[in-house]
Amino acid sequence: MSLDKATVAKIAHLARIKVPEEELDHLAGELSQILTFVEQLNEVDTGNVPPMTSVAAQKLRRRKDEVTDGGYRDAVLSNGPETAEGFYVVPKVVE
Amino acid sequence: MSYIQGETGDWEIVIGLEVHAQVISNAKLFSGAATAFGAEPNSQVSFVDAAFPGMLPVINEHCIEQAVRTGLGLKAQINLHSVFDRKNYFYADLPQGYQISQYLQPIVGKGEIVLDLPDGSSRTVGVTRLHLEQDAGKSLHDQHPAKTYIDLNRSGVALMEIVSEPDMRSAEEAGAYVRKLRSILRYLGTCDGNMEEGSMRCDVNVSVRKPGEPFGTRCEIKNVNSIRFVMQAIEYEARRQIEIIEEGGKIDQETRLWDTTKFVTRSMRSKEEAHDYRYFPDPDLLPLELEPEWVEDIKKTLPELPDDKKARFISEYKLSPYDANVLVSEKARADFYEAVAKGRDPKLAANWVTGELFGYLNKAGKEIEESPVSAENLGGLIDLIADNTISGRIAKEVFEAMFETGEKAADIVEKKGLRQVTDTGAIEASIDAVLAANADKVAEFRSGKDKLFGFFVGQVMKATQGKANPALVNEILTTKLKG
Repeated sequence: MSLDKATVAKIAHLARIKVPEEELDHLAGELSQILTFVEQLNEVDTGNVPPMTSVAAQKLRRRKDEVTDGGYRDAVLSNGPETAEGFYVVPKVVE
Repeated sequence: MSYIQGETGDWEIVIGLEVHAQVISNAKLFSGAATAFGAEPNSQVSFVDAAFPGMLPVINEHCIEQAVRTGLGLKAQINLHSVFDRKNYFYADLPQGYQISQYLQPIVGKGEIVLDLPDGSSRTVGVTRLHLEQDAGKSLHDQHPAKTYIDLNRSGVALMEIVSEPDMRSAEEAGAYVRKLRSILRYLGTCDGNMEEGSMRCDVNVSVRKPGEPFGTRCEIKNVNSIRFVMQAIEYEARRQIEIIEEGGKIDQETRLWDTTKFVTRSMRSKEEAHDYRYFPDPDLLPLELEPEWVEDIKKTLPELPDDKKARFISEYKLSPYDANVLVSEKARADFYEAVAKGRDPKLAANWVTGELFGYLNKAGKEIEESPVSAENLGGLIDLIADNTISGRIAKEVFEAMFETGEKAADIVEKKGLRQVTDTGAIEASIDAVLAANADKVAEFRSGKDKLFGFFVGQVMKATQGKANPALVNEILTTKLKG
């Protein structure tokens, strides 16, 4: 499978990664190669094989409905580039 | 079927709703942080909710149970195998950069909701699916001129997204759908349905078509937070679309917002590009497997739901579908009514509960739980009417006093001397006095002016301060006037 430049630009935008125009061709080539490599898996017929969701035979672990976490606002906010009055502060986003 | 009249003929509105209902739970869907409303900003946030590197989600068992309980209440298929996916988008109040949701394999499949329409009729609307997902944080745009403030307390709280089929055809039906869904969720105890606090929010899909034609292009109106706004937004949006089409234009599929100050919907262009969510199974979470026995156990604990209760009220108490609807819309109302009706005339009880009581509560802005008149005391009042201690008219006066003071009916009747006069001698004396004082009118009556009968009744009631038994007054008056 090969990706064109426009698709690569779109993927980059969706991932909020800034890619200069002149790098798009190169990236399209690299990404297409990766996809082609992975596509080899399509040669195996998995029509009757259920998807494997874990290598170990285990089930989704569940938690009781108890409050056991939170209540450490300062720690939560400590890595925020900007905070005020107990909030994270970001550039204005308005619809 | 209600159509909208356009320039080129009738148009039909087609509506589907996506309701986000916050699950009632102590802790969040994938973390142990609290869910209580109104806490200090960011005080109920764990490192999982703030998406710190390396933190892993662990599912809250109770939230799964609540989703299954809701599915059962919607008579829906419960999927014993469901999968959590990542819905990817960037927004300041979504620290993970994705929402954990369910996409192709939701926990609950097809179900149904029966709408109770104002004219007493019913209509069934299909539920497509219900899935579990995380709520995002909250953005405050009005705290600073150039900044947005973010509170992550809501981040990670469990939501049920309940999606309807495009089965509704009017704003009224959409309103009835939200009301009924909210009622069911409250009966089940799975969501408090409080739209003001945002624990229930609606996305409304609206399109229009000429009757009988295929569906038109739809627009989605996001985050509508009251039933009234849902209905207004649909009315506006349908007319907007009809106007565009009739002028030769075409509808763009887009996301719109309901402007609650200008009463219009407007385009949210910024969301358009973000629509490519690139869902994929969340590698941090294994598929959710349910045991059929566990689902059966939950089924056994379901309460009697509004539809069943309504049917029972109609058959057991002979109530009209309208009264039954009003009474079963909230469990507390239905319970109150049954306590009043027990051992009494059920129709009289329904009239008092839906008439006087709801009227007074409404005026006072009180919920049934805060009623100053208890079910027992209202029952006491009805007993006094039934045994002829007071007339229905005096009872309204007694009720007013009960609502103000919370006292028992019998005490008020004694204190105010409102006991009905059933002594025929005393009533006769009053009637004689009234007839003597209005000899001219008596003559008119006897010469054929039948309408004056009401005048005499009024005078007698006035003379007895409304305490005379109306049936006796009628009876004696009739005899005497025949003279």
